[in-house]
Amino acid sequence: MAEKLVIIGNGMAPGRMLEHLLEAAPGRYDITIFNAEPRVNYDRIMLSPVLSGEKSFEEIVIHGDGWYVANGITLYKGHRIVSIDREEKTVTSNHGVTERYDRLVVATGSVPFIIPVPGKDLPGVLSYRDLDDVDAMLVAAQSGQKAVVIGGGLLGLEAAAGLKQQGMEVTVLHVMPTLMERQLDPAAGYLLQRAVEARGIQVRTKANTRRIVGEKRVEGVELDDGTVIPATLVVMAVGIRPNVALAKEAGLAVNRGIVTDDRMITSDPDILAVGECAEVGGMVYGLVAPLYQMARVAAAVLAGGGDERFVHADTPTKLKVTGIDLYSLGDFADGDDREEIVLRDASAGVYKRLVLKGGRIIGTVLFGETADGAWFADLQKKQADISAMRDTLIFGQAYQGGASADPLAAVASLADDAEICGCNGICKGKIVSTITAKGLTTLDGVRAHTKASASCGTCTGLVEKLMTLTIGESYNPAAIQPMCTCTDLGHDEVRRLIKAKSLKTIPAVMQELEWKTSCGCSKCRPALNYYLVADWPDEYADDYQSRFVNERVHANIQRDGTYSVVPRMWGGMTNARELRAIADVVDKFAIPAVKVTGGQRIDMLGIKKEDLPAVWADLGKAGFVSGHAYAKGLRTVKTCVGTDWCRFGTQDSTGLGIRIEKFMWGSWTPAKVKMGVSGCPRNCAEATCKDVGVICVDSGYEIHFAGAAGLDIKGTEVLGLVKTEDEALEVIVALTQMYREQARYLERIYKWARRIGVAEIKRQVLDDLERRKAYFDRFVFSQTFAQVDPWSERVSGKDKHEFRPMAAIGVVKEAAE
Amino acid sequence: MTGFHWHDIGTIDDIPPRGARCVATPQGKIGVFRTVDDRIYAIEDHCPHRGGPLSEGIVHGAAVTCPLHNWVFSLETGLAQGADEGAVKTIPVRVIDRRIALGLDLALMAAE
Repeated sequence: MAEKLVIIGNGMAPGRMLEHLLEAAPGRYDITIFNAEPRVNYDRIMLSPVLSGEKSFEEIVIHGDGWYVANGITLYKGHRIVSIDREEKTVTSNHGVTERYDRLVVATGSVPFIIPVPGKDLPGVLSYRDLDDVDAMLVAAQSGQKAVVIGGGLLGLEAAAGLKQQGMEVTVLHVMPTLMERQLDPAAGYLLQRAVEARGIQVRTKANTRRIVGEKRVEGVELDDGTVIPATLVVMAVGIRPNVALAKEAGLAVNRGIVTDDRMITSDPDILAVGECAEVGGMVYGLVAPLYQMARVAAAVLAGGGDERFVHADTPTKLKVTGIDLYSLGDFADGDDREEIVLRDASAGVYKRLVLKGGRIIGTVLFGETADGAWFADLQKKQADISAMRDTLIFGQAYQGGASADPLAAVASLADDAEICGCNGICKGKIVSTITAKGLTTLDGVRAHTKASASCGTCTGLVEKLMTLTIGESYNPAAIQPMCTCTDLGHDEVRRLIKAKSLKTIPAVMQELEWKTSCGCSKCRPALNYYLVADWPDEYADDYQSRFVNERVHANIQRDGTYSVVPRMWGGMTNARELRAIADVVDKFAIPAVKVTGGQRIDMLGIKKEDLPAVWADLGKAGFVSGHAYAKGLRTVKTCVGTDWCRFGTQDSTGLGIRIEKFMWGSWTPAKVKMGVSGCPRNCAEATCKDVGVICVDSGYEIHFAGAAGLDIKGTEVLGLVKTEDEALEVIVALTQMYREQARYLERIYKWARRIGVAEIKRQVLDDLERRKAYFDRFVFSQTFAQVDPWSERVSGKDKHEFRPMAAIGVVKEAAE
Repeated sequence: MTGFHWHDIGTIDDIPPRGARCVATPQGKIGVFRTVDDRIYAIEDHCPHRGGPLSEGIVHGAAVTCPLHNWVFSLETGLAQGADEGAVKTIPVRVIDRRIALGLDLALMAAE
């Protein structure tokens, strides 16, 4: 019979240990995991990108539910172990589940350190440790405006950057004189502070928290000098402590962490400890690389073979804040027996410092340019004598031994045992041999088989270069992101094949392109529906069941299941008759909220789904059509009053805006499209942050595109200047049609433009007159099928079933259909 | 099981394939779903996450994606799929000659 292995905790260390164990000794153990968190194993290092919105939780899951099932592992989610009985060899959870074990692995991780000040328990004070903390911060970011992060270390700065990205005003408080003083020298700490401040985050160093102020919930943080910083959210990120309470109670030897030998075995030979809770060789660890080493050793012990032992190694520190590059490794304190090499480039914001002892590198600090980090780390690990290249050492690998500055050559010249992935301790040789042995052709494949670049992802570029070196040009990094799990094909490939094979229905696409599911999923179906609508406007029958609810019922679903309705107001112009009609509708249907939008429209919120057709009927009588505020399509054209009224106006911006809107309404696009027309460069219609914008000048119309003012903020690119209104319209329409034909579903214009290149777009829709005309004509053709007001269609009875319950049972008096 | 009763709600053709409708009851709405191969399922029309109306989501295979935050539920078991944790109640369905009936316990409904 299989031995019973019980694991307490389901973080990254035990997850990795299981992978090694299942490979080395499959079927040897009957495995049970107790996870205090109510979910599967995920990549905790990637919580910061989840907080900043760059990744979703799904993208950071390491082992989905299926993995546990496939490996026959019992996972108790949301079960905290409350006691270990070493006599009986059992553990018991807070929900009363008791399991017997032959071998037990304690992986209880760490708990955040909460500074013991008054007010620390107020609602609104959080730590930064797991997904629940991130969710709580995201909720707080939606309603609150000011956040204070206590702690200017790795975690604190990543939390601050994420909260800032979520739109909060953020202040970082740090007790020490410079940020990240444990990993950076003061000079780099200062540069880091400047870079953090440049993102609009306030930094206060030497700031000692006296108490957290607030009556019912947090209202601010008071410092030792009496200053009070107002805050609706306080995040404590001052450090972590090994979570040893359970082990201590069970009578295991505990010091700072749970004491183990270099085989990860605790004072009880049947019990192992791994992860942040373990203390090995007198050290406790918090970075992922040593934790993964523990996992490897523990798996070897449990598998009963090998003589792997835990050996301490310095681990480099990297900050996961987009746009701030820093790298530090080893010891960088000054000393009489030490020399240093420093390179500063103030204008480029670069600082590099190497600390040498006896002709060997013992410490590295890089800021602003970190590409050579892996090379310096390799020299440091091997204790290589660098005397011969001392003069040029700081310039990096590209300057040594006549090697060219070609980044591929730099990677090619790395030794086989050079570490590529610091998190997982994977060397170049291992990656190259696995690519060859397993015939890998995708980044995901390399990640699955070697783990390289599968944790924090900062070495992805290096891994991709190794793939190019190993398998040559057949590795194409751009072609590897599949649309969803239903297919291996990417969006571009699918779009190309739809045209090439003349696929004209969703079932045809799925059949011909060998979809892996019977009818797709909520990611691919709306995308395919859009591609078919855009490519075959006259032949394809729009599949409403593949549209998101907003586009199916032509209104915007709200958090309580009611809808909002925005009628079209051409160019943002309205009049007394229209306003009166809106007022009457609001009264008649008791609509709870009316709001003016940023796109110069009126939004009626809180309408019951059943009332929608009647609301539209009344609005229709006043001449309103759908404003498509719910559509991946043309939303609004915002205008200023131009030469009609403004003393500075140079052209009829209102007229042009209305003309564009009347020409283009109803068209479906890959993602929403918002436009603006300003009558002079003062730009009152804010056209330079729109998907497409026009700035009128005396000599004509300057056409802009690829702006953004949402998740990202980006000024527009200038497409070019045209002389007449007709020409402006033609160029804008051609641009939109090119975007409709080429972009990936949900890809806004600015992201598409970044991928295709502004110059190429300019060439096709501005310079090449023939092509411009062809785009224009295709758009006009497609509009003949698209410009039908969806509201009046539904008022006349189309899709009635969408708006009425199918039946009513019991005492409900509402009439069924 | 006193008071358990089959309630006729209409025919399969009242629901679009890969679509859903809702049925009003004193206990709240029930979502009734039709898959691509004409299987019919009924679950409570209320996502345990933030209360989204599941009958307004996209239906794929024997699953539905909530329109509010993209949680995915199995129509067969009512369990949340993937990394999310949660479940909705499933309601017994009977289909005879394309007519759909839901199995509901009226006594229980009255008592609640």
